[in-house]
Amino acid sequence: MPHFLKEFFNRNGTGMGLGILGLVLFWTIGLIILPQLSMLDFSFRPNLPPPEIGGPKDVYTLENYKYLVFGPEGGSQDYNTVDLRVFFRTLLAAVCVTIFNLILCYPIAYYLGQSKGSHIRIFAIMLIIPYWINEILRAFALRIIFGETGVLNTLFVGLGIWDMPFDFIRNDIALYAGLGYAYILLMIFPMYNVIESLDKNQIEAARDLGAPWWRIHWRVVIPYAKPGISSGCTMVFMLSAGALAAPQILGGPSSLWFTQLIYQQFNDNNDWPQGAAYAIVLLVTCILFVLAMMRLFKVNMGDIGK
Amino acid sequence: MSAGVGVDLENLWIRFGDFVAVRDANVNINGGDFFSFLGPSGCGKTTILRAVSGFLDPSEGKVLIGGNDMRGIGPNKRPTALIFQNLALFPLMKVWENITFSMEINGASSAERRKRADELLDMIALPDQGDKLPNELSGGQRQRVAIARALCAEPDVLLLDEPLSALDLKLRQHMRTELREIQKRVGITFIYITHDQGEALTMSDNIAVMRAGVIDQIADGKTIYNDPATAFAASFVGENNVFRGRIKKIMGNEALLSTNRTGDLVARISSVNQGTMREGDEAMMFVRPEAFAIAPDGAAGDHFVTARVNHEEFEGNVFNIFTEGDGGKEIKVSLPNLGQSFENHTGQNITLEYETRNAVLVPAGELAAE
Repeated sequence: MPHFLKEFFNRNGTGMGLGILGLVLFWTIGLIILPQLSMLDFSFRPNLPPPEIGGPKDVYTLENYKYLVFGPEGGSQDYNTVDLRVFFRTLLAAVCVTIFNLILCYPIAYYLGQSKGSHIRIFAIMLIIPYWINEILRAFALRIIFGETGVLNTLFVGLGIWDMPFDFIRNDIALYAGLGYAYILLMIFPMYNVIESLDKNQIEAARDLGAPWWRIHWRVVIPYAKPGISSGCTMVFMLSAGALAAPQILGGPSSLWFTQLIYQQFNDNNDWPQGAAYAIVLLVTCILFVLAMMRLFKVNMGDIGK
Repeated sequence: MSAGVGVDLENLWIRFGDFVAVRDANVNINGGDFFSFLGPSGCGKTTILRAVSGFLDPSEGKVLIGGNDMRGIGPNKRPTALIFQNLALFPLMKVWENITFSMEINGASSAERRKRADELLDMIALPDQGDKLPNELSGGQRQRVAIARALCAEPDVLLLDEPLSALDLKLRQHMRTELREIQKRVGITFIYITHDQGEALTMSDNIAVMRAGVIDQIADGKTIYNDPATAFAASFVGENNVFRGRIKKIMGNEALLSTNRTGDLVARISSVNQGTMREGDEAMMFVRPEAFAIAPDGAAGDHFVTARVNHEEFEGNVFNIFTEGDGGKEIKVSLPNLGQSFENHTGQNITLEYETRNAVLVPAGELAAE
């Protein structure tokens, strides 16, 4: 038995230890790994009617992955430009949402983390309470704000600042705002946790040595907050790349999110293997992208857990 | 050319809401001096330091550095560098980056910075340690890095906020000497905050004794120890025995104190109080434990104290006798161990003798908490 397991059982007792271990294994294997493996399995099979499943036609194939890259066989185009474009646009948009959220949330997290007093608790509650409202309602609330006859357009047109209502939806502004807002807490709290533990004297020492505010952030606060920043960015990126409700409700008619394609494959086309292949491609690409970013910014896996 | 840049506090008041942290402080610190603010925690000494460094605006009055009013000048623009109590080294920067952080701000090249860091590391006797991270160093080494980082900014005034308090006793005593040597070498003004009278007495040219936001006395260490201005200064700096009473008679610079328990005693009026104390005033007389000698039994007069011995202890270099004293406070007598034999006096009455120059009289006032 490895040392850490022995220690784990010593600390918790055999009964409790087995209980905890069993639950953790059930959670990771039963609820995460096995379903994903079956999705992986699906993605390599042809879409067959139920009687033919397990029959001679049920063989492993790369068809579903080929479809994403090259489109239907004998199609008019060399590549599946429509779906590929949606795929890369989704990734790019998720990156933009992440950067936008980081810029927006860093000052908030810094302020919350470095101020003292009871008002911090009130601010934190004010940030959390809107999340009691479900995602769909929040998305529709943004539609009310950004819609053609929505609050912003009524206000600015009414004041005579704009001649015409601005189409926030078609220009994807509503979508970005919705995605950004949806994950704001996941960006703020990891950063807040780290920044809160930063010794104020560090900031004062840097100031005392002559540093202007931006250099204090660049050299002292941001390096210290890096684990929180990377944790927040990873979560926001992963979740916005995989979001469905916000794109569904706030996306413009011409702009599809890649998750919507996956949804269509599963539900509208009833083509589970194809949907699974798309989902796997999205998942693997996101993981690879995050790992590449972590290497680029020299972040350890352990830091993400902070 | 003057030896260094002086610091002046003029009618300085600092309030936090209703609380007065510093009350009308007036201090002139000479350029190149090692100046200490000495007082118990919460007396406002750190608040003064923060006002000098620029992290805090005075409510009233002025902070002058080199004669220039510092109002409206931020900490990053003042010719001061602060050494924090917990040092506040940057944990993610290497030692050499820490030391030369102020040069980085001024846009110095990496090569210049390394060169300067090596010079400073030599000065603090830590050569070749530049590539380590701060937490790879010992407490004393980190202490020196903090000093080097502050000195690298070439400040006119170095401010130190109890920087030795985290070190163990031996190292603390060693760093006292080292700090004093560094100060003499660089020749700039040091302002040192401490609650440790040993640190203040050993290192400082001048000391300000502070109590509850008020500066009680500013003088060199010998004067503060031998000629305290207030009851607080007398009781806070070093060990002291207090005798309370009322002035019976003033005889030039001496006075006769009528005490409740020990009869009439003669004392020297402390210098700053000469001419202001009147007959009939309540007063306190202080005699240090080492200023007593054992007198023959039966000796009596205005510089003899007779009291019953409560207990005794042997401390190595001294032999301590504790006798009943005034208002529940024991009188402590320390006799130097010169190889003589010590009799056991417990339970007996002994007569103690002191010389008038060793008994200081100040107006009655608040004593330092034990």
